[in-house]
Amino acid sequence: MQLVFTLGRMQNGAAQNTRLIAGHMLRQVDRIGLRTAALGRKLLGFVLTARDLGAFALITLGVLISKFSVAPEIMRPRVRHEINRAGVRLLPMFVFLAIALGLLVIGQAVAWLTPVGAIDYLGPIIVIVVVRELGPLLTALVVLARVGAAHVVELGNTRALGEVEALEALGIDPVHYLVVPRLIGLALGIFSLTVYLIVGVLVSGYLWAFIQEVPLLPGQYFRQVTSALGWLDFASIALKTIGFGFVIATVTCYHGLARPLRLDEVPRATVHAVAQSLVGCVLLDALFIIIYLSA
Amino acid sequence: MSIAEEKRAQPVIEMLDVAVPVFDEPGRVVLEHVTWTVSAGDYWVVAGLHGTGKSDLLMMTAGLIAPARGMYRFCNQQMPIMDETELETRLRVGLVFDGGRLFNHLSVAENIALPLRYHRALPVQETKTHVEMLLRLMQLDQLADAMPTTLGHSWQKRVGLARALVLQPEVLLIDNPLGGLDARNAQWWLRFLDELSVGHTVMGGKPLTLVVATDTLSPWQGHARQVALLDHGQFIALGSWDEIGETDDPRLKAVLAELGV
Repeated sequence: MQLVFTLGRMQNGAAQNTRLIAGHMLRQVDRIGLRTAALGRKLLGFVLTARDLGAFALITLGVLISKFSVAPEIMRPRVRHEINRAGVRLLPMFVFLAIALGLLVIGQAVAWLTPVGAIDYLGPIIVIVVVRELGPLLTALVVLARVGAAHVVELGNTRALGEVEALEALGIDPVHYLVVPRLIGLALGIFSLTVYLIVGVLVSGYLWAFIQEVPLLPGQYFRQVTSALGWLDFASIALKTIGFGFVIATVTCYHGLARPLRLDEVPRATVHAVAQSLVGCVLLDALFIIIYLSA
Repeated sequence: MSIAEEKRAQPVIEMLDVAVPVFDEPGRVVLEHVTWTVSAGDYWVVAGLHGTGKSDLLMMTAGLIAPARGMYRFCNQQMPIMDETELETRLRVGLVFDGGRLFNHLSVAENIALPLRYHRALPVQETKTHVEMLLRLMQLDQLADAMPTTLGHSWQKRVGLARALVLQPEVLLIDNPLGGLDARNAQWWLRFLDELSVGHTVMGGKPLTLVVATDTLSPWQGHARQVALLDHGQFIALGSWDEIGETDDPRLKAVLAELGV
């Protein structure tokens, strides 16, 4: 009897343990399922956003080409305003950045290359670091922070306050009126500011080197830089900066116009737009690196 | 029938069994089976309580959204008109939004001039003269340089009306024009719309076809000539005010009472 009772208890205990383990396993499976579902949703969201952004980019390009000469009296001042905003008004900030970057990159490089007698590598280092990589990317990120974020807020408010429908009711294409000037302004602004930044860094870099009493004449310094530059660098600067402008304009205008139907949705749209623009610019930069290395 | 009378009797808006979608949710239908004909020179008031789909009906009529089902033709053209070459037909209909929906980055005069400058390659002076005339006739000349955010609600609505009129449309759709207005401004709107309906100087004396959406019917008695009601997802074209008086449908009578008639 006692044995039967003990066996029964043991069986009960084993059954309880099995139930506990099964419950635990089910919870684990649930958790994994939830995580997988969340990951799946994120991936799907990413794919859908990428598809919508691609469609928006194509529409914008189509409008840019097909309506290039429509309403020039209205569009020219708007384009000038956007170039001024994404280019001219940022010049003082870029003078400061050029001086700082000259110190950081060239000043540091000179300080480390001189003791090991490798000062002849200064030109290639400057071209790789400043001309090919840091100049265009830093310019794009600064313009994104200063102008791109503002675009999302402005367009988000425009959308939430119903001004987009008002434009459509008047037969004015919102993409033509609101997006195209911003696209041109950002592309030309980033291109021009990159050129100014690179020239500024080269000049300020030499000044830092001069202050550190590096035995390098201005002629030698600029000869090193020019001999390290190839035609691909000039083409890359132009294409990359215009590409960055296109990416930032497309992403920020898409998030400003496509999403916010209420004013409280504008900050969220801004955060998404800035993050996605950043990722877009870095991916485009990576693409250029691959093209450059395989050329 | 004279040529002018014949032209006035021509249908400009023809809807046959149309389903009207919600503007912000195109998958959802707010009005079903809308069969409605608006002839040139008509002055319709479309009345319904809040949320019955008045604004969505006007947006669809203006061509901002496509009907979910049914046939909608504006001036013998399938709506919405997407083809850029048919833009002139689309510009024959103007829409005045509730609250004006002015462009906040432009002054009052610039708001009014924008459609004119965008669509018509007029000399700067001619555009300026036209806008000044419009501002004067609508008693907005003192506000020409003001920014929309500094204006009161009633003035924003009036600027919205001026902006819709600047392209000289043939049909004007107006969303809730008397909403939130004081008695003086409401009277100005009623008088101005009456004048537009028979031919105002602003439109070069040409009569305008009007469709007004409202949530109170009583102010429009003696002004609008045709009445339609929106109730429980249905569009009910009642015709003239006399026909309203003749109705013995208790449900319609209840709706009319809710709308102040």
